[in-house]
Amino acid sequence: MARKSASSVKQKDLQRRSISLTVNGKVHELEVGTRPDQVDPSHTLAFTLRETLGLTGTKIACDGGACGCCTVLMDGKAVLSCMMLTIECDGKSVTTIEGLSDARGELDPLQQAFIDETAFQCGFCTPGIIMSAKWLLGENPSPTEEEVKEALSGNFCRCISHYHVVRAVLAASGKLR
Amino acid sequence: MAANYRFIGKRTPRKDAREIVTGSAAFLGDLKMHNLLHGKVLRSPYPHAFIKKVDKSKALALPGVKAVLTYEDAPDWRGGTPRVFRVLDRRVRFVGDAVALVAATTESIAEEACGFIDVEYEVLPPVLDMEEAQNESAPQLYEEFPRNVVTPGAPFLGPKNLKEVVMGDVREGFEEADVITEGTCGYENIPNPIPPEPPGAIGLWEEPNSVTLWITNQNPSMDKILLWHIMGRKVELRTIGGYCGGSYGSKQMSWLIQCHAALLSRATGRPVKLVYTKEEQLAAFVLRPAGRMKTRVGMKKDGTVTAVAGTWLIDTGYYTMMTQSQIAVGCGEVQIAVHCPNWDLKPVIVCTNRSASGSVRGFGGQELKCALIPLLSLAMEKLNLDPFEVLKKNFVKPGEGYYWRDGIWYTYRGVDYSAAMDKGAETFGWKEKWKGWLTPTAVKGAKRIGIGVGAHGNADIGEDASEAHLRLQPDGTAMLFSCLTEHGTGQTTNLLKMVAETLQLPLERVSLSPSDSLINPYEFGPVGSRGTYAIGSSIISAAEDALKKLFELAAPMLDADPGELETIDGMIFSRRKPEKKIPWKAAMGVDRTIIGYGRFEPDYSLTNCMMTFVEVEVDTETGKVKLLRVVNATDAGRIIDPQGLEGQMNGCLGAAGIDTAIFEETILDRSTGHIVNANMIDYKWRTFSELPAIDNVVLETPFPTHRFHAVGVGEVATSPGPSATLMAVSNAVGTWLHEYPLTPDKVLRALGKTEDPRKRGSQ
Repeated sequence: MARKSASSVKQKDLQRRSISLTVNGKVHELEVGTRPDQVDPSHTLAFTLRETLGLTGTKIACDGGACGCCTVLMDGKAVLSCMMLTIECDGKSVTTIEGLSDARGELDPLQQAFIDETAFQCGFCTPGIIMSAKWLLGENPSPTEEEVKEALSGNFCRCISHYHVVRAVLAASGKLR
Repeated sequence: MAANYRFIGKRTPRKDAREIVTGSAAFLGDLKMHNLLHGKVLRSPYPHAFIKKVDKSKALALPGVKAVLTYEDAPDWRGGTPRVFRVLDRRVRFVGDAVALVAATTESIAEEACGFIDVEYEVLPPVLDMEEAQNESAPQLYEEFPRNVVTPGAPFLGPKNLKEVVMGDVREGFEEADVITEGTCGYENIPNPIPPEPPGAIGLWEEPNSVTLWITNQNPSMDKILLWHIMGRKVELRTIGGYCGGSYGSKQMSWLIQCHAALLSRATGRPVKLVYTKEEQLAAFVLRPAGRMKTRVGMKKDGTVTAVAGTWLIDTGYYTMMTQSQIAVGCGEVQIAVHCPNWDLKPVIVCTNRSASGSVRGFGGQELKCALIPLLSLAMEKLNLDPFEVLKKNFVKPGEGYYWRDGIWYTYRGVDYSAAMDKGAETFGWKEKWKGWLTPTAVKGAKRIGIGVGAHGNADIGEDASEAHLRLQPDGTAMLFSCLTEHGTGQTTNLLKMVAETLQLPLERVSLSPSDSLINPYEFGPVGSRGTYAIGSSIISAAEDALKKLFELAAPMLDADPGELETIDGMIFSRRKPEKKIPWKAAMGVDRTIIGYGRFEPDYSLTNCMMTFVEVEVDTETGKVKLLRVVNATDAGRIIDPQGLEGQMNGCLGAAGIDTAIFEETILDRSTGHIVNANMIDYKWRTFSELPAIDNVVLETPFPTHRFHAVGVGEVATSPGPSATLMAVSNAVGTWLHEYPLTPDKVLRALGKTEDPRKRGSQ
């Protein structure tokens, strides 16, 4: 369920008529309301990305902050988009998996490393894992194997592609070259 | 002799890799559809009750609600084996059973509407223990099952389908034995494989009787066949698969969700999407079967098993669809892993008031082996035998045989797996580490190290039929028509590699048809480990058949016999005069396609094998078990894709595999019937920061299968590990532990550091 309690939301957010959200470099002015194209105060960022903006690369699995499938970057930092209300994201800049490849479809080196290492099986958790790894490499361009594992410890993968993923992240960081 | 292949055995990117890493791979939840409604299920708060009255008027009055359905609105569609489980029933049988279905314009309105349905229940006493369920006085779940004992047998598997392992004379067997041991071991923790993508379906009913279902599963063909029977054989069905975000066997039991989506669509005239939440997936979708085994084992000094006799009680929860099939396969598999002339092992399936058992990687055999190997170990301990040697000795050898799931005897004609097992033991260092039973291999302060080993094999690699069409196109491309979905194994790419290798076409010129039952021939699906041999054989035959037709057309133009023609990269030539080449287009013309047909007939005379060695560290102060190292050993005949195979074998940890021996369990409150850990925080799973070292040993001894001599092995990676882990912890601790999972409380109890606070039946 993509609704969260709005009780903790600040009053000024609830009174807001619209929010400005930059996603993958594109600015979206989103009205607050209950129509399908609007942002309901109970909508999570994950819900808005998928259902309102049509960016279904971000996956929802547990919808409760436990599995990391919905990970996106917000102002460069990895966040769980299922645990954030969209109306609290005014003025934020979000990067999703769709935003990693450039306009010509050129893949991010991290994505290419995932292809080269077959660092996925079913692939459902892959976007979230790639976004967590993208954040890690931004913070720490040359992580150790242990640092990669720690950074990804909030990402659930049930097929057990962990070993391939660690190799892919290290390869993208230049560690395996 | 190493064959020189272009694609087979080579590291090649998955065909769907770009879609997966860019997020453009569309899973069920990503599909957009005009006029789509969203479904929700109102679920029972009681483990057992009659619905006395339902008032849905308030729910129907809610703006956006399009339909509310209860048992009164549902047709008499029935699933299960035998087919007695109604898709909506007046009686609810577990906490979470479907009481009403709602369709609304948004998911949140549908959920809200569930809260406006007034239901009056007559609460009935539940039964939540598989032994109590068989008492005369126990509450009975179904009229059809006196004492809650389910009708044995899976008719789908043939008239003699295996219901037990009974052969030879166990009395004589016990007389021949040097030791006889007796014990009880349960694999009762009903773990959940938890695919990250939840189960779901989109149904579209078109009057009068046509239904299309967008599904997330391993095999659309089989869903279509299953649903046709459930829906009274009066409905025209089409099933469309796509990317499947993990299944591990579980999503084969999506029939109920699919039926509910179809009913909501029938009631509204619009497509309806019904996707479970994680809580529903954990508490109301299928789990592993639970098993409890009481067995006597007779063994000789040399490790020969002379007799196995006992009962295997299986709790299937509130319904069974595939439990009998799992018993049949499990009973076959146990003969593959344990050579013994005298058996009297009797399974009994019972229903209880918890969520149902479906099918999970391991499919009966894992459940059986997890209980039996610890009981065999009691005899090995008495005789001071090395379990590695005993398991190796007793695994099926060429010329030996087994009764398979159809009740027919098959003589094994594959390779001797002893070499793979030896190589695994060598890689693990088993001989150096083994110090004898119930003895740690090392003690470091409060920490003790222990090792264990398990073995598993499955003759499902050649199970059931497959069909494929292969279309050659004049531009030098080919399309495979086979009803497949990609659910993580990489098999869709592997099968296209087989096509590319057979046709000698670059991999990018070979594609796969949409996963749609309307356009593809019969396919049992990539389930179990049947993809490589069974499906592979059908598609190779289809490719060979297409080539034969192509060469017949080309032969006159090349002044050659069809039999001496070859093709590489879309050019055809004669082996006699290779300098003269013509493109496919020259042979076919631009106005022709060639269709090749291939079929695989079931073959149960081959089995795969997985032996797993584990090393654990037990903290005797905290009771924590840490998995240090795993070595998996197998012989795959020929590796199709090294990266993919490694991923499959690493899968030994998750999807209700090894970790079901350490911390994975579904915790059922046996007084209320509620599952108390139905979320991803309280249900424990292994994270990136807790990875053990894994080595995978894969031999490549050619198998008598198809032109690539390969066998599938992926499914069984989860199966030998749990009992191996139980053995390792028992050895580390110095006393037998016969319960799963080995959480700190159980370990500390075994060490005599705590008392058992639980009373039986109130866990």
